[in-house]
Amino acid sequence: MTQPVLVFAESSGSQFRKSGFEAVTEGRRLADLAGAEEYAVAIGHGLEERMIELGKYGADRVFLADDPSLALFHPDYYRHILLDAVKKHAPSIILLPATSAGKDLAPRIAIHLNTGVASDCVQLSLENGDLFATRPAYAGKVLLKVRINGTPKIATLRPNAFTAKEVSPVHSPSVEPLTFEKPETRMVVKEFAALGPKKMDLTEASIIVSGGRGMGGPENYKILEELAEVVGGIVGASRASVDAGWRPHSDQVGQTGRTVSPTLYIACGISGAIQHRVGMVNSKIIVAINKDPDAPIFGFADYGIVGDVFEVVPALTRELKKFYGK
Amino acid sequence: MTVLTLGPDKSTQVILKALALGADKAVHLKHDSFPNDPNAIAHAIADELKTVQFDVLLFGKKGVDDDNQQVGQMVAELLNVPCVTQVAKLEIFDGRAVAHREVEGGSLIVEATLPAAFTSEKDLAVPRYASLRELVAARKKPITVKEPGTARPVLETVSVQYPPPRPPGRIIGKGVEAVPVLVKLLHEEAKVI
Repeated sequence: MTQPVLVFAESSGSQFRKSGFEAVTEGRRLADLAGAEEYAVAIGHGLEERMIELGKYGADRVFLADDPSLALFHPDYYRHILLDAVKKHAPSIILLPATSAGKDLAPRIAIHLNTGVASDCVQLSLENGDLFATRPAYAGKVLLKVRINGTPKIATLRPNAFTAKEVSPVHSPSVEPLTFEKPETRMVVKEFAALGPKKMDLTEASIIVSGGRGMGGPENYKILEELAEVVGGIVGASRASVDAGWRPHSDQVGQTGRTVSPTLYIACGISGAIQHRVGMVNSKIIVAINKDPDAPIFGFADYGIVGDVFEVVPALTRELKKFYGK
Repeated sequence: MTVLTLGPDKSTQVILKALALGADKAVHLKHDSFPNDPNAIAHAIADELKTVQFDVLLFGKKGVDDDNQQVGQMVAELLNVPCVTQVAKLEIFDGRAVAHREVEGGSLIVEATLPAAFTSEKDLAVPRYASLRELVAARKKPITVKEPGTARPVLETVSVQYPPPRPPGRIIGKGVEAVPVLVKLLHEEAKVI
């Protein structure tokens, strides 16, 4: 019996993250190639009814550690539960999303198991039973193909680099509870302070409308928010806007901010300097709106409009409202 | 406050800068070609710190080469100290610390008793410029040079490639006149709406 592929299906509150489903889909693909089963592990509080979704994305067995103390990500508790599951089921491969929790957790597990983590992977392949991970390095300027010389092989997957896909027929595994004995810890997770009304993180968004220095000031982001709302996206920012205090750091796209890979990235008043580019160049389609025809962004945007963002963006919002029949 | 670095000879430049910015002394684990491997680096640092007493162990955000973001919490696990990662704000009190982790959608506020380890997020602190006096004084501060233990790397890079180039794009027009053209292209050609 081949060892299973184990996936940490990350949740936020009582819902699984999209990147969690992406990991389950990729885990399913690898398990099929290896002729193995896929086990999904969920840790949190209030997830019981959502567990069925993990079967939809292909998990053969699903495990749940449910406790109020697990509602927020606690590194020691989560590490303890995952290590227990690993010891019990001896997976050959462990996948986690490369979210802030996943990136925190994977190396802790790896060092205890005396194995390695390929972090923030954009592609995985199985060649002759060996796992190879493709991951960006040097702020995205190169792609490294990496092999982990240890077992199990652990990889964190960049959100949005993999597409969650439901399997057919759907799997309906029954939920297997994981008993949770709190390990000793010197950390207390006190609370989560939300930045604003609960919104998706940039790294998980399919459409991003982003503003740069050309926006001129914080109040002008209103037109980007209106555009984002019509097109079903969220608003991002370049470093210039964040450093100027117009937008929070969590909105920043670029080398020292988030790396995003949405289906559509609309860059407004952004020049396209290399440090911004490395954070968004993996977007499927890039649209640039800038009044400077020589702005570097026009060199790599799929579609560019040379014009004043304060005229073009509202016009685009109006045109899209017509398009969607709103 | 001690600054610790693992690296070749030229790491001295970085050490001197840190000493000029306020570190009291430095430990340089010197190796010309230590593998750039998170496990190996973590073991080397943990071995060095095994016999060192500290209240706070502070790491940066990530290496600017491999972008792995693993060493900090690996060292903490090896030393069995609590570790809070991606800290954008850190307050140290007597025997405990309150750290704000920057996570999706907001901050997670975590309290840990000391000794504890922390890894940084951008803007945890803004570096200043050292004064000339500090730069000169830095050269007098003690740097202990040691050899790190044997490296046992786990990750192996089998190839390095440029990401596939994007197909060239085009400027489709000027001003608001180009907007209907854009919407049509996004729908019919790019098929993203």
